Amino acid sequence: MDTASQTRTISLSVNGKSFSKTVPVRLTLADFLRHELRLTGTHVGCEHGVCGACTILFDGQSARACLMLAVQANGHEITTVEGLADGDAMHPLQKALSEHHGLQCGFCTPGMLTTLVELLNDNPAPSAEDVRIAISGNLCRCTGYEGIVAATLDAAAQMRAAGGRS
Amino acid sequence: MSAPLNTRIVGHSVERLEDRALLRGEARFVDDISFPGMWHIAFVRSPHAHALINGIDKSAALEIPGVHAVLTMADLAPHLSDHLLRVALPSPAYRLELHRPVLAEREVVHVGEAVAAVLADSRYIAEDAAALVFVDYDPLPAVADCRDALADDAPRAHQTAPHNLAAAFDMGYGDCDAAFASAAHVFGENYWQHRGVAQSMECRGVVANLEPMSDLLTVWSSTQTPHAGKRVLCGLLRRDEDKLRVITPDVGGGFGPKLVFYPEEAVVAVAAQMFGAPIKWIEDRREHFVATTQERDQHWDMQIAVDVQGKILGLRGTLIHDHGAYTARGVNIAYGSAAAITLPYVIPNYFLDIKLVVTNKVSVTPIRGAGQPQAVFVMERLLDRVARELKIDRAEVRRRNLVPGEQIPYKTPLKTRGGMQVVLDSGDYPACQAAALDKAGWEDFPARKIAARAQGRYIGLGLANYVEGTGRGPFEPVSVRVAENGRIHVASGAAAMGQSTKTMLAQVVAEQLGCDMSNITVVAGDTGAIELGMGGFNSRQAVMAGSSAHAAALKVRAKALYVASHMLGVGEQALEIEGTAIRLKGGGGAQVELAEVAKAVAGLPGYYIPGNVEPGLQATEHVIINDMTYANGTCAVEVDVDVETGLVKVARVVFAHDCGRVLHPKIVEGQIVGGIAHGLGNALLEWMGFDENAQPVSTTLAEYLLMSATEMPPPIEFVHLESPSPLNELGIKGVGESGVIPMTAAVASAIEDALSSFNVSITKVPLSPPDIIALIHGAASKNGV
Repeated sequence: MDTASQTRTISLSVNGKSFSKTVPVRLTLADFLRHELRLTGTHVGCEHGVCGACTILFDGQSARACLMLAVQANGHEITTVEGLADGDAMHPLQKALSEHHGLQCGFCTPGMLTTLVELLNDNPAPSAEDVRIAISGNLCRCTGYEGIVAATLDAAAQMRAAGGRS
Repeated sequence: MSAPLNTRIVGHSVERLEDRALLRGEARFVDDISFPGMWHIAFVRSPHAHALINGIDKSAALEIPGVHAVLTMADLAPHLSDHLLRVALPSPAYRLELHRPVLAEREVVHVGEAVAAVLADSRYIAEDAAALVFVDYDPLPAVADCRDALADDAPRAHQTAPHNLAAAFDMGYGDCDAAFASAAHVFGENYWQHRGVAQSMECRGVVANLEPMSDLLTVWSSTQTPHAGKRVLCGLLRRDEDKLRVITPDVGGGFGPKLVFYPEEAVVAVAAQMFGAPIKWIEDRREHFVATTQERDQHWDMQIAVDVQGKILGLRGTLIHDHGAYTARGVNIAYGSAAAITLPYVIPNYFLDIKLVVTNKVSVTPIRGAGQPQAVFVMERLLDRVARELKIDRAEVRRRNLVPGEQIPYKTPLKTRGGMQVVLDSGDYPACQAAALDKAGWEDFPARKIAARAQGRYIGLGLANYVEGTGRGPFEPVSVRVAENGRIHVASGAAAMGQSTKTMLAQVVAEQLGCDMSNITVVAGDTGAIELGMGGFNSRQAVMAGSSAHAAALKVRAKALYVASHMLGVGEQALEIEGTAIRLKGGGGAQVELAEVAKAVAGLPGYYIPGNVEPGLQATEHVIINDMTYANGTCAVEVDVDVETGLVKVARVVFAHDCGRVLHPKIVEGQIVGGIAHGLGNALLEWMGFDENAQPVSTTLAEYLLMSATEMPPPIEFVHLESPSPLNELGIKGVGESGVIPMTAAVASAIEDALSSFNVSITKVPLSPPDIIALIHGAASKNGV
């Protein structure tokens, strides 16, 4: 049987919800999230792992959803941009990006957000240089990154003041 | 300088309307649109830069389960009014007719040209099948370099064309021969700015769906020009205007190439009409490298004549512009380059011979800056050369030649492509340069440079001036309507592609209608929402759509106040609009909601409309502004060059500019910083490589490098000057492209300064580390070191 028609049934958690789906073995994780689960916030910018727009959190670690297969997510926990806000209340990073004009077209924003959530989990008090290094694998053609860096430092300060938030 | 604005929304950095959905993953880009039973297209594209097509065998592809059809031009022809996309802007300069085919039939002329379309249940299956479509090609010699293409014995980029000259014209005024003959000094040089790729983070994409009950074909396209696209599609598909609608969904960046109508848009639309199935095509990044238009390859052979003081007497030369394989837009980039080069300066005599040359590379159309970065690069390089030869400070040479502030408005002898005179309408260029250099510490820099050199560091400071033509007319319509629930609906032909267009329009309208941004909905880029439209390009939307939004909002405001005065029995002058209500100024006492006014003017059978006005609380305006308004600026860049590795670190960027009245300070700065990042990439990183057979050799983002966060300098240091344009009510000048325009020039100036002890001369960009090392070694061997 060729890879085009083989399928597997996978079970995984996405943004805290459990899913069980039968998927083609060659389906990328990005396409699975976007087209099977209709979570279209994860964007596909290059499909070769350079631009970072498709970055999701895989068991809390940032990963390129375009370079993974859906079947690799079997038994794992995924967080996408849709899972960052708490209902109507946006994550401090989301609010700070808006306040600091850290997005224009917004296409790279979901990948920036997931990458930066991981950064702030690992390092609650990053320097501007730390932020730049963290997002050096996420391309943005609109902002020149300035607003994103400023927003991250601001959000980090707010989160520290609020006693941290996972 | 303008008087302080007495405004509450306009001129303030209010929250963007766009942000919430984008931040929560709830925005709707073209690939987020989906229909049950949707088919997907993968295109079969030419692997050859130039070849004849002997035949196309679809049989193996059609055997793949899930494949519905493989379409070639022969299949599409009966359903189209034309095989060609005739979208070129008019010009008498054309020497060849080079319209793109919808799909290539007998000949392919660049790698990536679409030959066939595979329709299948999924993109995965469509790509499997596309690999099985056998196209029998006869490869032909290809033209890769636009200079070589002009030789009599050069291969023809199109087999049946008599030559490779797409268009030719000249531009100029005065008497260059006389000026050069009597000049104290004449300096000449060849310059080259390289081709690049727009690289919007979202590639192109199209979805089409035919609604059988209404026979309405809806096309969602990631485009900057939905109204122009609709016009082309109505013609091609022979559909009435009310049976076709083009919608621009959220767009993940445009930067120029998405203003062009593409073959893929035609194929998706016609296929949806042919099969009655919803159809989607999403461009992948490799396709973006080979099928989306590119820009910037220009070779300039220039001479400048100056007097002993370095004052410019004349400028002349030739420009060879790489046009790519087809005319996908016009002669506009080369025209824009030729018309931009003189602008900041008083240049009494000017002549440029311009040739647009066909090559076997993807077509060339505007990318952010549209010919202006190249022109500024050449002009500023020439002025640095004059400064060096005459041993005058680089800033001083410019000071002696900038158009003096007191001569604004300055009528140049140049004309725009539509024949309007180029008049520099506002600004003070010498003051702008002085502000930039003051901030950059120009006077103190030589001492810093010597101190750094003593520590083994090579630092340099460069500068560049630009004047940008913005606000291309003649109009961009905006309608403003207060619905019966009090909500304000704004629609425009302006297209949003990430530059905050919806926020900008809402600000202008809110200022007149209650100052409540949350009460405003904006539709930008939907042919179903407004009849006419031009779209997003040429730094025009705040100028053109902003002016129409202002005019329409004023009309609606006047009518709302008039009707309310009748409803409340008080004079209009006593009323104001605050939030969603019309009330006595300062509040208190009687008031009426906008919703009630809208209901009242909607009319009741048999009753008077209050105030006897025309029904409806709405206005549509098409403010006509034919003349362009000219923004200006000065950029200073400091670099630190590692002479061992050739690595250039951009240490500082100072940007002094004047875009007239600023509607939203953060949006303006964001536009400029993004442009600066793009321009720094053009100066140092972005290389779209082709081999001698015109085969592209950089088709991933690992080979074609963009500025990432770690290459960017510390935050840009701004100086905002604000001289309102007299050409529009709001005093706006465009700003979307300004950041990119002076960057390659300023970076080259800075690197040359850093390497002044090596006496290097920079005449091309981009400059990679090996280029820097070669410059140092080349200069060393030339100087006999």
